[in-house]
Amino acid sequence: MSFEPRIVGFLCNWCSYTGADLAGTARMHYPPNVTSIRVMCSGRVDPAFILDAFRRGADGVLICGCHPGDCHYIEGNYKCMRRMPLTQLLLQQLGIDRNRMRLEWVSASEGGRFQEVITEFTEQIRALGPLKLHDYNFDPNAEEVHQHV
Amino acid sequence: MATVKIKIDGQAIEVEEGSYVLGAAQSLGVEIPTLCYYPFMSPYAACRICVVEARNNKGWSKIVTACNYPAWDGLEIFTETPRVVNARRTNLEMLMANCAPVPLLEHYAAKFGVKEPRWGHGTYTCILCGLCVRICDEVVGAHALTFVNRGQDRDVSTPFDLDSEACILCGACAKYCPTGHIKMQDIEERVINHRELNLGPNAAITLPFRQAVPNVPYIVRENCIHYKTGGCMICEKVCPKDCIDYGDRAEFEEIEVGAVVLATGFDDFDPTPMKQYGYGRYPNVVSSIEFEKMNNAAGPTGGKICLENGEEPRRIAIIHCIGSRDENHHKYCSRVCCMYALKFSHLIMEKTKADVYQFYIDMRSFGKGYEEFYQRILDEGGNVIRGKGAEVAPASQSQEAEGAMIVRCEDTMIGKYREVPVDMIVLCTALEARADAKDMARRFNISTGADGWFIESHPKLAPVSTSTEGIFLAGVCQGAKDIPDSVAQGSAAAAQVMRLLCQGEVLMDATYAEVQDELCSGCKICNDMCPYHAIDFDPEKKISHINSALCKACGTCVAACPSGAIKGRHFTDEQIYAQIEGILS
Repeated sequence: MSFEPRIVGFLCNWCSYTGADLAGTARMHYPPNVTSIRVMCSGRVDPAFILDAFRRGADGVLICGCHPGDCHYIEGNYKCMRRMPLTQLLLQQLGIDRNRMRLEWVSASEGGRFQEVITEFTEQIRALGPLKLHDYNFDPNAEEVHQHV
Repeated sequence: MATVKIKIDGQAIEVEEGSYVLGAAQSLGVEIPTLCYYPFMSPYAACRICVVEARNNKGWSKIVTACNYPAWDGLEIFTETPRVVNARRTNLEMLMANCAPVPLLEHYAAKFGVKEPRWGHGTYTCILCGLCVRICDEVVGAHALTFVNRGQDRDVSTPFDLDSEACILCGACAKYCPTGHIKMQDIEERVINHRELNLGPNAAITLPFRQAVPNVPYIVRENCIHYKTGGCMICEKVCPKDCIDYGDRAEFEEIEVGAVVLATGFDDFDPTPMKQYGYGRYPNVVSSIEFEKMNNAAGPTGGKICLENGEEPRRIAIIHCIGSRDENHHKYCSRVCCMYALKFSHLIMEKTKADVYQFYIDMRSFGKGYEEFYQRILDEGGNVIRGKGAEVAPASQSQEAEGAMIVRCEDTMIGKYREVPVDMIVLCTALEARADAKDMARRFNISTGADGWFIESHPKLAPVSTSTEGIFLAGVCQGAKDIPDSVAQGSAAAAQVMRLLCQGEVLMDATYAEVQDELCSGCKICNDMCPYHAIDFDPEKKISHINSALCKACGTCVAACPSGAIKGRHFTDEQIYAQIEGILS
């Protein structure tokens, strides 16, 4: 049996969750690997949630929010936008490929985009294979560690 | 001050001792003719038309000038005795002997029954009344004019007959000159000039606009003489209610309110950057709001539609969608232009004999009665050409007989390129968000769209409210719309405000964040996080506190709190962890 990644998706209530809803009501097909958790705003996504998801065996974490400038809470998505690169850095230090986590902007009207994002991210995680913790040697001098600091 | 009792034409009046007879007569409503008296200037007795007969109770009488004859107790004044009438006529004839037949003197000549002045007519137009000198000196305070020379050579001029540096070009002397001797070259001889279609006021005291509420005039400082010389203050003297306060300044007031309706309107798109339409380059290319001002009966042309040289245009083009429905400027439709352009057509055909050509992309007559109006314009003979005007250029020699400019366009109805010669072009400029809309949005914690319009809570279900509770939108600040729609939205906003203010208790969302006091370390990280300024720091307890009425429950602070002291009501950490666990078990 081929590898089916398990992905946790954090969707903001106003844009991405509604966008996902639209993709559903429009009968769009996309892989069933992403299970979504609704949050009020992408700014609500605590990096600890992401770490917890990986700890419990998720192969990937997807965070979707409103497009920059369109946040229902004015600027929550900007907060998220600043937190996520740092979280990716942290993931790398913990031995988790940074590409297992992704931040995407999906508006309420972009059902098609939601479909694309889910399909593409699932394929990406499928290509990365199952997450194996404890088998990555962290190199603190690696260039990619520093590029986002 | 002591008062004295005098009688004027038999009417008794009590006046201050030393005050002049003419003023007393005017307050009684007795008319004494004069050419050189105004209450806010010192009396000069130059014209001597205001002569009256003064008598005392002992039979003494004398002809005096009313404007500078002081009142004394027991004085009796007669204004229409044969002696007075005769003296006035003689004085007028002597003025006429020096002065060309100007309308003012002709008027008095007819009034006094002077058919042919005994000493003939003069040629000069100044009667040396001194109004100009006095107003410049006493009222304006510029001291630019004075009497020069003596005797027969006496005249009014600037020192050494040179252009005066002291003159502030206020025009007061020209306005008060009774014979028209003093002229402001640029003011008196101007023809109607389209530069006057600028949208600001050009008088020193003006109403903001005709329908302003409150409908109260205000002083335009740049045009006011008082702010230039410290003088004048005529308006203060004539205002019967003592409303004029030159020291008045803009004041900031703090008003506590329960709701705010934003109705900040729009800016007019500036067509200057669209070089192809020649706005600002060709003289008779005007924007729609300028044309509207020209059409206004209270405007600079008195509602007359005319070219810069004052002539009536023969052919007028109205070009739609200047800046709207344009990839390079605004992609949206401004919604009002089609209909006001049709209105312009109607007005032009009503007021002039000009042909009107509308250049449109689509005729959007969407509202109630709008399509019927469009049909009416077509029936009245308005020309419509489907094809956006591409360019305005000077007419070639062969086209000049029909118009000074041409509008180039592709007539998509007949599939042909056309050049339409016209005299005047009206550009239907787009409505655009105000330049300070972003600033306003930040101030009121609401958002603007890509076009700069304020964003409503929901385009269909909550078109008046915003993402911030208590802030409502009305009119074009939320998006281009016409007057009926603006009124509807304004009424809806007012109703929403009433609902909010009258309910007594405010219902709030059950979801909000709160600080668990015992866990808060007082790091203040959350304070700056909150986009709604709902988090305050309590300096006494040294902890942060969330105002639940302002909190919108976005959870940004919950995610940011390093101590885990902020807890969201609903969407709690526990709930989300449980969901993660559930998904991955």
